[in-house]
Amino acid sequence: MQLSKQLNLNKRQSTLLACIVLSIIVCAVVLTGFLYDEDRIASNLEVRNAAPSFDHFFGTDWLGRDMFSRTIMGLSLSIGVGLVGAIGSASISIILGVIAATMGKVADSIVTWLIDLFLSVPHLVSLILIAFAFGGGFKGIVFGIALTHWPSLARVIRSEVMQVRSLDFVQVSRKMGKSRWWIAKEHIMPHIVPQIIVGILLLFPHAILHEAAVTFLGLGLSPHEPAIGIILSESMRYLSVGMWWLAFFPGICLLIIVRMFDKIGDNLRMLIDPHHAHR
Amino acid sequence: MLLEANHVSFRYGTEPWLFRHVDFKIKTGEIVGLVGPSGSGKTTFGRLLAGYETPHEGSITLDGSPVPSNRYHPIQLVFQHPEKAVNPRWKMRKIVNEGWEPDEALLEKLGIMQEWLERWPNELSGGELQRFCVARALGTNTRFLIADEMTTMLDAITQAQIWHAVLEIAEKRNMGVLVISHDHHLIHRLCTRIIEFKDLV
Repeated sequence: MQLSKQLNLNKRQSTLLACIVLSIIVCAVVLTGFLYDEDRIASNLEVRNAAPSFDHFFGTDWLGRDMFSRTIMGLSLSIGVGLVGAIGSASISIILGVIAATMGKVADSIVTWLIDLFLSVPHLVSLILIAFAFGGGFKGIVFGIALTHWPSLARVIRSEVMQVRSLDFVQVSRKMGKSRWWIAKEHIMPHIVPQIIVGILLLFPHAILHEAAVTFLGLGLSPHEPAIGIILSESMRYLSVGMWWLAFFPGICLLIIVRMFDKIGDNLRMLIDPHHAHR
Repeated sequence: MLLEANHVSFRYGTEPWLFRHVDFKIKTGEIVGLVGPSGSGKTTFGRLLAGYETPHEGSITLDGSPVPSNRYHPIQLVFQHPEKAVNPRWKMRKIVNEGWEPDEALLEKLGIMQEWLERWPNELSGGELQRFCVARALGTNTRFLIADEMTTMLDAITQAQIWHAVLEIAEKRNMGVLVISHDHHLIHRLCTRIIEFKDLV
């Protein structure tokens, strides 16, 4: 924010700048993460437990693996999981939200009941159960995230659709002989697209953090994959002997990415809907 | 064709009855004026006739049978506030063509300029938007037009222009028009029959 004050940017411009910077970072991380092969994190016992230096920016671990490469690969995995999970759960919430708002009272009470049910159980608990039921690994985590993060967005979409549906021009459209499906597609969807975009942006950091949390607990991705959660949980044992860099750098990178998504999501929400931003 | 309201009663939720057992008839080709004090339920009655609300008791019938609800509604309502009756994310061309495609002659008669068709609703004034709403409601299958304070917020010249066009079309197509208004002068000028809403209740 200091930077944006010096450059004399308004909220729109600073949000745009943040979006550009973030997308460059995310693309770079994801691409390098996928392009790196296993050689980059091969163990090299000659440089075990090295502190951060110019050869190894983030230091090396107890097997001599370069922590910088491991962090990048872990982040790319986390972002992948987060992206697929967030989009998956946004799709679920769009479908359920629209069904609840347009298909009558019975459908509405069923969906509302489902939303309450999922909101009443802590995310992490249902996430662990679902991930476990799908057999863990990448698939389990993605399904777990998609199936647990939809309720809050579904509730927002449901109320938004209900509000749009009662507007005069939608009712006029019914009297023009248009079908429900046509109205949903032409009148209602364009009105809720901004909410959906903000919703996905705000779901994303949640998804990443929960993925890291479940993996940290040992119930998510398998240990040979360099996920951030695994890096953190492995490094716990070495913190007491002073190897702080094992947990510090991956943790801080995760935090920065999550925080930036959160901030951009908030800013966008404020720009799109200034009246309801403080809700 | 005959549009009838038979013993119609209505209330919002569990509030007191707005009106009970109202009987009303209008034939195609008639221009009927409906007057009454504010809050007496004229607008709600118009919404009932056009199918925007369903009566708690009684029925609305067209030639003795219920009005079909899943295709173009033969009774069209023009709202008092055109700003709310158009989708702010659509261009005017799409809005006016939603139910049917009015030809250029009709648009010109209502005083709609061709270049307005490419504009967004917030680039036009209330009066200009109202002309589009009227054009939209005058589909070829419209048998009755319900004008709920349709020209209240327009200046005299625009009012005259719009009503002139509407009456001409109504006569040509043998369409019935129900004019709901506070403006006695307007109603006396336009209508063949004038009804006090309190006499109906």
